[in-house]
This record gives sequence, C-alpha cells and structure tokens, in this order.
Amino acid sequence: MNYPLADNLFDDDVMLEPIRAGFGRGLKKAGEKNDQIVALCADLTESTQMHLFRDAFPERFIEVGIAEQNLVTVASGLARAGKIPFTSSYAAFSPGRNWEQIRTTIALNNQPVKIVGSHAGVSVGPDGATHQMLEDIALMRVLPNMVVIAPGDSVEAEKATLAMAEHNTPCYLRLAREKTPVFSTEASPFEIGKAYVLREGADVGLVGTGAMSYQLLAAAEILARQGIEARVVHVPTIKPLDETVIIETAQKTGRLVTAEEAQAAGGLGGAVAELLGEKLPVPLNRIGVRDRFGESGSPAELMEHFRLTGETIVEDLQDWLRDTPRYHQG
Amino acid sequence: MGELTTVQLEKKANDIRRAIINMLKEAGSGHSAGPLGLADIFSALYFSILSIRPKEPEWDDRDVLFLSNGHCVPVQYAAMAEAGYFDKSELKTLRKLGSRLQGHPEREKLPGLENTSGPLGSGLSQASGYAYSLQYLDKVSHRFVYVVMGDGELDEGNIWEAAMFAGKYKLSQLVAIIDRNNIQIDGTTEDVMPLEDLRGKWESFGWHVLEIDGHNVESVIDACSQARAVSNRPTVIIAHTIPGKGVDFMEYNYKWHGMPPNAEQAKEALHDLRTLGGQITHEGQGV
Repeated sequence: MNYPLADNLFDDDVMLEPIRAGFGRGLKKAGEKNDQIVALCADLTESTQMHLFRDAFPERFIEVGIAEQNLVTVASGLARAGKIPFTSSYAAFSPGRNWEQIRTTIALNNQPVKIVGSHAGVSVGPDGATHQMLEDIALMRVLPNMVVIAPGDSVEAEKATLAMAEHNTPCYLRLAREKTPVFSTEASPFEIGKAYVLREGADVGLVGTGAMSYQLLAAAEILARQGIEARVVHVPTIKPLDETVIIETAQKTGRLVTAEEAQAAGGLGGAVAELLGEKLPVPLNRIGVRDRFGESGSPAELMEHFRLTGETIVEDLQDWLRDTPRYHQG
Repeated sequence: MGELTTVQLEKKANDIRRAIINMLKEAGSGHSAGPLGLADIFSALYFSILSIRPKEPEWDDRDVLFLSNGHCVPVQYAAMAEAGYFDKSELKTLRKLGSRLQGHPEREKLPGLENTSGPLGSGLSQASGYAYSLQYLDKVSHRFVYVVMGDGELDEGNIWEAAMFAGKYKLSQLVAIIDRNNIQIDGTTEDVMPLEDLRGKWESFGWHVLEIDGHNVESVIDACSQARAVSNRPTVIIAHTIPGKGVDFMEYNYKWHGMPPNAEQAKEALHDLRTLGGQITHEGQGV
C-alpha cells in the first residue's frame, strides 16, 4: 500500500472542492494536449465547469441547448468524424433522459464519446429528488463497451478526465456539485480499472466510490478507536471493476461494506455483490440509497438523513460488525 | 462511378428491389415496404451521388451516408453489394446468426456503414455532428453528409432537436432525405400523428426544402446537386415514395411495413419486378 493521502485529512482545514472543478481543469488540459477534443454542453456550461474549456477553445465548444438526446447523438456523429467529444449536463438528464441514444449510438456503435454527468447524488441538496441522480451508475454499468468512473475528489477527477481523453472507448464520468474533501494528492495514482487501498486493516473491508471513499476513511478512524481495524478501498472505476483488489480485500478481512451516494441496487454495491456471489461469498453490507428517491434539504442534512457520513456509517454498522462473523475459506 | 445513364440507374434500382425480396424471403423476417420504396433513392445515391470507394470504405475523402431508419437497411445492403462493398452471395445471410448483415445496421460489423441505428430518430443528429465537424472543425468543404430518414420517425423529438441544431449552425454540407411514404406501423402517418405541414415545419427551422418524386432517379440526383449548391443552410429533400414500390400487392399497403414475403409471395413479387409490373409480357425472352 503506497497511496499518498492528503496529510490533514481529518483537520478542519482539509481542502474542500467540488469534484466537478477537477473535471473542468482536466478537460482544459486535455484540450491543450489534443486538438481533436471537442466539448458539447446542454445549457449548463458553468455548472458542469465546461466553461474553462469553452473560454480556452471557443472554436471547439458546441452549445446544443436543452436537448440531451441531441447532445449525445451529435457527439456520436462527431466521433465518427474522428473527434473525441466530451458531453456534459446534469446526470439526471444525461444519462438520465438519453440512455437509449447512448446505448445505440455510442455504446453499441462503440464511439469514444465521453459522457459527463454532474450533480449526481443526494448532496445536490435543495433542488430535490428530480435533480438528485442516484440511478446513473446502475444505468451505465450494464452497457457493454462503457467505462464508468466516479472520482473521489477534484484532484482525481482531473486525472480521470485526462485518462478518459486517451481511452478509446465510450466512458461515463460521474461528478458532484458540492465541495467535498480532497483526500488524494497530485502524487496519488489513477488508472482506469484500478482500485486503491487507502488504509490497511484486517477486521472489515470498506469499499467506496466517489466522495464516499473519504467518508469511509473517516469511518475507519472512528472504528479504530473502537478497536476495529478497517481496510479502506477506493474504487473510482466501477466498470471495469478491479476484481483483484476487491477479492483480495474480501480474503484478508472476511467481510465487506460498500458505500456510494447512489442506489446501492445496481451500483457499486450491486457490482461487488455480483463479484462476491460468484467468486467469494463473504458477508456484505451495502451502504447507499436503498430503493427510494432523494428530497430537498441542505447537502449536509441530506448526507446525514440518508446515513452517508462517516459517523452515521459507523453507527449503522455497529450491530452488523458485532453479529457478522468473518468468512474464512476452507 | 457517376457515369451511369438514367436507364442504367433504373435498372440498378430494379436489381436492388429483387435483391431485397430475395433477402427478406431467405431471412423470414424484416421490413418490405420501406426498402422497396427507397430503391430508386439508393440507386441514385450509391451509383451517382455519393463520392465513395467501395473497396476502400474508410477513404478519407468520401461522402458519408447515415441511415436513420435502420429497419430499411436491406435496401442499403443490396445497394452496397451491388456497388461492390461485399459479395452479393452474402446478402442471403441477412438476419442470420453470425452475419455481418444484422437486422438493423451495426457499424462495427460491416465496413461501409457509418452508424448503428434502429431505434428511430437519432440519425439526423449523428449526421449533423459529422457535418458540423466538416464545416467548423476540419474546414473541409468538398465532402457532404447525407442522411436518409423515414417519415414516421419524424414523430421523435430527437429529430426536431437536430433540426434546430442544424438550422442554428447552418450546416450547409448536410443533406437530409425524408422517405415520405405516408405509412408507419399503426397506419398512415396523418392518422397516427400528422406531419403536415411538413415543408413549412422544416422551413421554419431554417432549412432549404425541396420536394421530389422519390422514384425519379434524375429528380433525386438533381435535388442533391441543388442541396450541395446551397451554401448557407442545410437542405432537406422530401422524397415522395410509394411504400412497396415495384411489387403490386405491396404498394400503398402499410401492412407490408414490417413483414417479409413468404416463398409464394416472393415468387410473385420477383415476377412483378422482372416484368416491370406487367409492362413486359414475354418474361425470359430477351428482357
């Protein structure tokens, strides 16, 4: 384990930044490196942070208006003409509204269009359930050819954007609106398809994606004070899933917890359950939104309400940790 | 190519129709009316209008044809085989396991296809993306992007999103052809969801609109020439066609939208086509 973490992780002055900010920076850098990169937006250019690219490369930015079906299908045509298109909108609209177009003209057609869905999760806040996309991971994860990435923080989002730009397949990038702690560093690795062990421990495996990986680190700190050492694994790429690291974690700890700010059904929790079911059926506890929609509230209130913070996770895991024996092979 | 006479192009269209009937009979499923109605347009496209190299499907300087109404792909397969993209014997594999000729077109399966389609309403956007790239990103003015659409699929909202987009960006290298055959699965287009005033709709979206007889290959060629000459707007050609054209018992009958002929019907259809609807009375004697 040699994943460099920010050194003031649990201090009040931990750096906070929206994950989408890293995408904005990364896209601009990708545009500097490769003049075939083009960007399309559906009337949300600043919200999705695409304005950084637009201002740097106005001739390579295409405004399509509030038309998400057109957004991704025009991108498919641009890709056929040799371009590497990035599309952005809110995840609730893209891939929420245009999933069939993505399926047929991008995934089946196998064009390297990068679909960027911002404002995912309940932490969107007061806008409420309509705008809090929770089903995107499940929707995108089942598409053949599609890569699905939910970066943990803004620093990783920048790296993920640059990696997607060089990855010759369709990709989905999941972003969030609110500021969240930056737990990785410039030196932390990011590779599509790789999961990273953030903390070692043998008593339970905590496996997270997106900003929830930070909450798992926080949970692990609290658990450590209770005498429970957790191995924390960050899974920025949900598809293809890093089966090696997850199975290794299941073997070492004998029981796993997944965490995501999304529907656990079909999300990371679903992916890990499928893997464990086939390869190593250790006890599994899936933390996420369970078969319900979000609602209005402040982001912090909602994370608490949906039990998605380090503290609530530890509270909710107490009985399970006490009653669930660790699985031992053989 | 591009040197065929009108009579030769009409002959190609007839050959394409016969190939369609044979393919569909072999497949035992598929759409009859649309592909037959589009045969003249596809003959004009593949043998006169498009600048293409069938032996070099990814030729950098080619014109690009997107098929939006993917269920009509038998007409494209037949035209491609006739043009030499692949051997005609492969046509009988249509819709069969392992075939490159999928029931609806898949770009990665068959070189020469530019897109994957079937679910309706997405082809115009894809063509618009390509045309945008030529006009604004690559600044290549001698290549053109054609898209063939059905009229029924104009019910889809995605089409009108694309119509606004192409209008806004004045995609002058984009040529859309609407197969205006007036039928869709549940009945006539005007009963299911009226499209008229169709010309007015496209004009109001900023398009140059032409209306032609889609069975007159000279009209198709002329309209495309005009479209290429219009340099400040995209062009849409509303091509009036007869569904099932060339086969008497299929013409105008929407029931043939999604059905293939059985062996007996195919025999009758091929007879119709060989004799040009009975105009030739002595079949097999020098025709």
